This record gives sequence, C-alpha cells and structure tokens, in this order.
Amino acid sequence: MKYDIILAGVGGQGILSIAFVLDNAALEEGLFFKQAEVHGMSQRGGAVQSHLRLSDKLIYSDLIPLGQAEMILSVEPLETLRYLEYLRPEGVIVSSSTPYTNIPDYPPLEEVCREIKKAPVHVLIESEKLAKEAGSAKAQNMVMLGAASIFLPLKEESLKKYIQILFERRGDQIIQTNLKALDLGRQAALASRRE
Amino acid sequence: MEKIVLLGDEAVALAAVQAGLSAAYSYPGTPASEIMEYLLRLSEGGKNYRAEWSVNEKVAYEEALGVSFAGKRAMVSFKHVGLNVAADPFINSAITGANGGLVVVVADDPGMHSSQNEQDSRYYADFARIICLEPTNHQEAYDMTREAFDLSERFGIPVMVRLVTRLAHSRSSVEPREPRPQNEGRPYGNAQDWTLLPANARRRFKVLLDHQNSLQEYSEETNYNQLVLSSKGKKFGVVVSGIAYNYFKEVSAYLPLEPSYLKVSTYPFPVKKLHQLLPMVDEILVIEEGYPFIERFIRGVSDISGKTIRGKLDGSLPPSGELTPDLVAKALGLPERVGLKVTDIKLANRPPQLCSGCPHIDTYKALNEALREFPRGNVFSDIGCYTLGALPPFQAIKTCVCMGASISMAKGGADAGIYPSVAVIGDSTFAHSGITPLLDAVYSNTNMTVIILDNGTVAMTGTQPSFGTGEPLDRLLIGLGIDKNHLKVIVPLPRNHQENVKIIKEELDYEGISVIIARRECIQSLGEKKRSPK
Repeated sequence: MKYDIILAGVGGQGILSIAFVLDNAALEEGLFFKQAEVHGMSQRGGAVQSHLRLSDKLIYSDLIPLGQAEMILSVEPLETLRYLEYLRPEGVIVSSSTPYTNIPDYPPLEEVCREIKKAPVHVLIESEKLAKEAGSAKAQNMVMLGAASIFLPLKEESLKKYIQILFERRGDQIIQTNLKALDLGRQAALASRRE
Repeated sequence: MEKIVLLGDEAVALAAVQAGLSAAYSYPGTPASEIMEYLLRLSEGGKNYRAEWSVNEKVAYEEALGVSFAGKRAMVSFKHVGLNVAADPFINSAITGANGGLVVVVADDPGMHSSQNEQDSRYYADFARIICLEPTNHQEAYDMTREAFDLSERFGIPVMVRLVTRLAHSRSSVEPREPRPQNEGRPYGNAQDWTLLPANARRRFKVLLDHQNSLQEYSEETNYNQLVLSSKGKKFGVVVSGIAYNYFKEVSAYLPLEPSYLKVSTYPFPVKKLHQLLPMVDEILVIEEGYPFIERFIRGVSDISGKTIRGKLDGSLPPSGELTPDLVAKALGLPERVGLKVTDIKLANRPPQLCSGCPHIDTYKALNEALREFPRGNVFSDIGCYTLGALPPFQAIKTCVCMGASISMAKGGADAGIYPSVAVIGDSTFAHSGITPLLDAVYSNTNMTVIILDNGTVAMTGTQPSFGTGEPLDRLLIGLGIDKNHLKVIVPLPRNHQENVKIIKEELDYEGISVIIARRECIQSLGEKKRSPK
C-alpha cells in the first residue's frame, strides 16, 4: 500500500494542522510516512502545499513525483488547480469550493469549479458553510480532512484522537467544534459520492 | 525507544540534547528556526541545558565557542546565509579547535524558498578544513548529529551538520537512543591554542592540516558512506549525496538494472571509495542538492580520462534550484511521468503578502505619500516581512540584500548624492546588523532618514523575541548619537496617516541624520498572546 497526498491551501488556513493529524495517525497505525512542508515567507497569505506520503514500506523521497499522487486535498479551490500534474490520472480531488480571494485577479469561481469537476473522481465541499455549522469558520481544514477521510487508508478513530491532541490546549469547546467539522465534512463527502 | 514524529530540524535538536548538550544558540531564519524552537520547548521541561536566541549569528557562534572553550558541549544553528554572518568565528574556530564538542548546524535553502541565495555550505566546511555531515533522512539527522559531538571531541574541531530545506522541513518518524548526560566538564582550553597571535595561529593551522588524514580516514571508514556495487549494471554508476539519495532510490527501482552507486554523507569526500567505483564504470552521474561540489571534486582528483562524468556541469541536472524525483528520473534516462492534464485557465499567482492589519502597511502608505514629491529619492530596505513592501500595491522599496544593508547602503547612496536617502529596517534586523552602520552614518552626519519598523518581534520566522524594541531601543538610538529632536516615534495606524506623512516629510527635509520609529506590535504576535492560555 502506498498513498501519496498533495495538501494545498493558502497560508493561515491550517494545512499543517491537517498534516499533523495525518502524520500521527499514520505512525499510530504502524505505517511509514514522510511529509514535506513549507514554512517562512510563503506562510503569509501565499499559496502553500505539503507533500504527504503514506506507505506500508520504507519511503525514500520526501517529494511526490509527478503523476503519482492518489489525492489532492485542498482547502481552497484555486489552489487545487495548481497541483493537477501531481495527480495520477485516476486520482481523487477533495477540494473546498469556498474561495479565498486575497488577490485581485481571482478567476471566476464557476470556471475554477468546472476545471476541478473534470477530474474523474472529485468531491467539492462547501467548507466554510459546514465549518460555521460546526461552530467556527476556522475549522474548514478539519471539514476537508473529514471529507478526505472516506478515501484515506487511516481509521477515523486515529484521526479523531489526534484532533483532540492537536487542540488539547485550546479547551473542550474548540475540540468539539473541530470533531464536528470532521464529521460534517465526512457526511458531505459520503452524500456527494452517493449522488 | 519509541518512535516519534519529528521535523528534520527537531530530530537535530533532540539528538543534541541527548548527546549531552550544555548550551545552544541561534538566530531565527528559515529553514533553521525550528531547531531552536524545539530546543526551547524541550528545555521547558526543566532539562538542564541552556537554549537561547542570540542577537545575530556571529554572536551565537562566539557564545557557542565560549562554551566549548569552557569544556562543555555546544551547538549553534542557523540558515545558510547566517553562516556568512558567522564566517569569521567559524573559520577561526577550526584553528583554535574545539574543547567541549562544538557542532554547527547549517540549513541550506536550495530553490530559495525563503532566502536571497542558495549557497552551498559544504564549501564552507571544506574552506575551514573540517568535517561536514550531510544526513539523507530524519533518522540520519538524529544519528549523525549525535555522532557530530563525538567527532568534534575526538578530533578537537568544530563539526558541521548540513541540512537542506526538504529535510529541515519534512516530518517523519525517528527512533531516539538512550540519552547521555552532560559531561562533567574538562579543563579550559589551552591559552596557546586559543590566542590566535600569528605564531600560535601558524602552529595551530599546521595541527589542523596534520589532522586532515585522520578526517579523511574517518570518511573512508564510516558506514554512512555506502558503496553498493552491482554485478550487472556495469557501465553506469551514480555518486549521490544527502537528500538527493532519496530521489535516486525513489526512482532507481524503475531502472532495468540498479546501477552501482556511492552514497556520500560525510566530507572530506571519501576518495578511496570513489576509486573502488571508478574502474567498474564508464560513466558516472553525480546527483547532489546544491552546487556541483562533488562533481567538481571528482573531476579534480581522479583519473577520469575515457570516462564520462555527468551532473550539473554538463546539464544532465539543472545548475540551480531544487532537485525533485522527476529531475533525477530524467537524468537517469527514465521516461517522463504525467499526471492529470494541467488546466487551461490562467491560474492567478498568490504571492505571500503582508497580513491584513499589519503595521507595515500603514507605514508604507505614509512613506509613499511623503516621498511623492521626491522622484529622485530612494528607499533601501532589509530582510523581514517588510521586504514584501517591494510588491504591489506598495512597491515602496528598491533594495533588499542582507541583514543590516539598508542602513549602510542608504549611507552609500547619500554619499553618492541620493536625496532623500531612506533606510527601512525592522527592529530585530536593526539589533542584528543595523547598529554599527548607523554609528557610521552618525559619525559622518550623513543626510539620510532611517525608519525602524518596531513591531516588537521577529515576525517572518514565527515571532521570536527581538533584542531592539520599545523604550530600550529609543535609549540605544540616543546613545548612538541621534539628535533627540530628530528621533521621532510614530504609531502606524490608518487614523494617524496625515500626521505620520507630516512627520516623515519633516525628517526628509532635515539636513542630517534622523530616525523615525514606526511602533506598533505585529498582529501575529498579538494574536498569539491572546490565544495562549494565561
């Protein structure tokens, strides 16, 4: 088993929190993992991405080769489109449909979503709406992780465990908001697959 | 011991602690900052070692050298350009030698993700004639950092550990080993060794040169350098180092025959191992992250007549930027792999930008307006978040070179006739390297204006503490000789815009040196304070 994921979004959207949960869940389940991330300048509202690789065998490269990723998991629709060349032709796109428009020349959203829908397997999630429903617009990253979880080779319990650890210091309410966000994302993805 | 999830940077930090570290120093800089961040976190548990941010890399290095002189184990860490700042003590510490183990960790940034160049620190280690260790993965980052302390004490020299962004900022699991305590202390360094008067320095340099054979021997024997000879793939061999080894192993599985290869993780370069490989092959591909360091070395030291050496010098691999598994696959002759078709719509770029509510935004708006009537003026800037003032919509600055250069270049610019000549520098960058050039400008009473953006933190690298902020900064400036009538403090807020424009204009008009402090806390550090539990 080998499962390569491109994580994408905008600096500040919590990509590295998704990565924290996946890394630790992978270790918990006895898998090998490697996860390359971006710090520093690019975190200030710029495009960010992380290469996350899971496998039951030793992983060498920290970076995913082109055309090898099983999944693009993106908290922002325009960011999804930057990394298409990494996705296997039969790979999955799990993308938010909520735009983060901190740039003047953001293309029309319908056009962006239309491009995402060209992928053979895609799940588009209204992450902001669901995150607000869970209790905080900031939980969009966990909504998206929940949506991705229906495809991931990791148990839901492991993900929940590390969401709790991640938000431990922030109090029970924030933990519950993020767990609910995970669940709402998961339900939305399941519903979308049934359509 | 149980495996834990660590960044490459964190693996280095943990290894240092478990090697019996007594003190560590650093200055923030991507991709090295997380080494000290993690040391600080680990020390909070009451562990008995000192971990501190220093005012700059030179100071950090000299502090670590002082610890080594005193007989204790020390580590200093910074990004590649930080070693330029620390180059003076670094080179000279190879001559004094190390007493307590001294490890210098340098994180290079190939591809310039967050840097102004992609210099390769292996050249520095070679220049200083010391050992350089180049781990390929997280476990090696841990193991080799521990070994670095032993090597430093065994050979009596500082030892470099070279990381690159992709290892420093990649997470994986690491299995730590049993920690060892700090040493009991040994006698101080010998005065004749550590006082680099020419007579002493000549003798010490000879000692360093005499050591080279032992360093070479270490490199030939260590298991970190592996020569794997393939009985089948005879014509073609690979020499590969550091992170590039991962890309090579990732894609070599797709080759019909795995070639013979030499994995290099320590320098001096293991020449004997190369000479075992050379007779077996007609062609060698050198794969290394950074400059063609090994490739040039091989061309220089070996009889390669009749053999083809491929790498960055012949264009088999790109001479700049980061390697990827795909570039390595191409150099190995593997077919290109393609993913999903790239979209036809134009993807707007999303460059990093100043945060909404950032004080620098208000400062740049006021500065731009104040400068509107001075088309021949120039704004020299520096390293920090405020370098983003170069991008639209501000386009407020014209230079960014290295830490502190804004003030020195503004003086040079003024000397050459630029008026107004303005320097824009952050509070931490000012403490790091801005004080001495300002003293220079005061001495010459240069007609220039320095704007210190005092947001109270090292914002770009993750809000580390600043050494030159608030009221002590004001006193420092008076102490440097700034006329208090031309030391102004403004609060960069939209509602103060007109007043701030007026103050900046007045100081631009003043014929002499003036300093304006634009003081408002970084909204990132403000947010962190609000979020952190009381």
